[in-house]
Amino acid sequence: MSDILIDDAPQPQAVKGRSLWEDARRRLMRNPAAVTSLYVVAILVLIAVFGPVLWVHKYDTIFRDSVAIAPTWKNMHLLGTDTEGRDMVARLILGLGISMLVGLAATVVALTIGVLWGAIAGFIGGWLDDAMMRFVDVLYAIPFVFFVIVLMTVVQFDDPVLNLVLIFCAIGAVEWLTMARIVRGQTLSLRQKEFVEAARAAGAKPLQIVLRHIVPNVVGPVVVFATLNIPVIILAESFLSFIGLGVQEPLTSLGSLLSYGKDQMTTAPWMLIAPAVTMLITLLALNFLGDGLRDALDPKER
Amino acid sequence: MLAQAVRRLALAIPTLLAIVAAAFVLMHLAPGGPFTKERQVPPEIERRLEAEYGLDLPIGQQLLRYLVGDEGRGGLIRGDLGPSMTYKDKNVGEIIAEGAPTSAILGFSAMALALVIGTFLGVIAALRQNKGQDYLVMAFAIAGVCLPPLVVGPIMQLFFGVEWQLLPTAGLHRDEYGLRYLILPVFTLSLPIIAVVSRLMRASMIEALRSNAIRTARAKGLPERQVIWRHALPIAMLPIVSYAGPALAAVMSGSFVIETVFALPGIGKQFVLAAQQRDYTLVMGVVLIYSFLIILLNLAADLTYRALDPRSRTA
Repeated sequence: MSDILIDDAPQPQAVKGRSLWEDARRRLMRNPAAVTSLYVVAILVLIAVFGPVLWVHKYDTIFRDSVAIAPTWKNMHLLGTDTEGRDMVARLILGLGISMLVGLAATVVALTIGVLWGAIAGFIGGWLDDAMMRFVDVLYAIPFVFFVIVLMTVVQFDDPVLNLVLIFCAIGAVEWLTMARIVRGQTLSLRQKEFVEAARAAGAKPLQIVLRHIVPNVVGPVVVFATLNIPVIILAESFLSFIGLGVQEPLTSLGSLLSYGKDQMTTAPWMLIAPAVTMLITLLALNFLGDGLRDALDPKER
Repeated sequence: MLAQAVRRLALAIPTLLAIVAAAFVLMHLAPGGPFTKERQVPPEIERRLEAEYGLDLPIGQQLLRYLVGDEGRGGLIRGDLGPSMTYKDKNVGEIIAEGAPTSAILGFSAMALALVIGTFLGVIAALRQNKGQDYLVMAFAIAGVCLPPLVVGPIMQLFFGVEWQLLPTAGLHRDEYGLRYLILPVFTLSLPIIAVVSRLMRASMIEALRSNAIRTARAKGLPERQVIWRHALPIAMLPIVSYAGPALAAVMSGSFVIETVFALPGIGKQFVLAAQQRDYTLVMGVVLIYSFLIILLNLAADLTYRALDPRSRTA
């Protein structure tokens, strides 16, 4: 082909490029399960944030004359009261909030450590990569429970809020291992991909390659992992509550509500059903959202 | 392949040593010890007790003592896990020998059940992708991870045991592993695993069905059933093999919730209680078993992976 031909050819109208994120957003919006889940999660967050202010009862007010009563319109105990005589709706709202907070904060801790660890190991490579990943291997082979119990007992605060922060850190400090492996694997394989090669050949600077080509491809799995990790952490927190290392009274979480509820299962089933249904809805929504995000962010689906 | 297995097993020894050292140090970082109880013991007696178990030594010496032993005790290298610090008349070895079979049987059965059901469900979902059956299977799978066993267990006990009187709710009959006593705990333990396996299976089966190998198999005119179960399934099993190795190690080393809810004498319960009471030697014993299982089953998973992966057969 001669140069003249190209010059004469009609210049294509500048196509407005759609960014990766715009693309992913569109794909996500086409997935009904994911969209519904997105709304459900948003509503749950709103309930958890504004519920404690709006609801008529406080989570730690004790009604001595109505202990463990079934759901009733009287005095607005819509989900009944617990064995201490506290309103179940108020406890449920608080529990939902704390479970979500634990899930989110622990995921942020895990994400920060994991992404940094994995990216450094993957980028620098060599003996440092070996050493860092052997370290992860060793920690992997130590049971989760052991870690959390040790971490939770090394430092103990009397203040329930500080204790809560400790739970985040303890769980996050365990969950980062998987993240580090994912990010390292991604970084390693991306470094050798053709499109990185192509970008390099086109004269892109290393920083540009990292930001425009590697990061968008790592962010996908990271976001998916984070979304799917929140349910895992909420479940882990419920396990901690079960062994008595969870949130301290009078605060509560979905896990500790379930733990109490199952003991009253035959006499006061509403104390189990309400938190169980809430947990089911929350985790279902987060899981569907995570799956939807995975499909939306998968570069192969484009 | 054999040479690689041997090399990996040899590498396992320094890894295990590193794990023991890390767990040992972490454990001793936690405040309090096995003899700091609510009931105050006079400090002189507490010191004597600690000296008896070597807890007054510097941490490095304690670790060395745990590994190679001293006069009278064998140490880890001779297979002696040491005396328990809360059960005064028992060795850690004896406690684990009592509990390990229960945990291993529970874990292994749960994993086997989950692999069969999960694979089946996953294949069905993949074949009916984005149709009614697919959504039904996936809704069940996701619901399986959404309720913790500490809720599912008691609910199953209530219905199958108390309301319908079909199955025993807890314990073992005369310490024998009767099938009737295992059904509920095994099923409860396997629910979350079924969920994970069926999701993995669905995703990898969809991918396998799109591969060139399957297109070739279909082009050859093989019957659809043979294409799916003989050709696509081995390819699709690969991610499940890598998942199942470490997951099996986790369930076989005991589940605190299942063993508590169903009153079964396993090591999962022992482990959590021991960690809370700072029974250092017992905790180390269970950590060691878990780590050993993880390393062993990861190796087994890798070898199975190679055996299943057609690409590695000629290499």
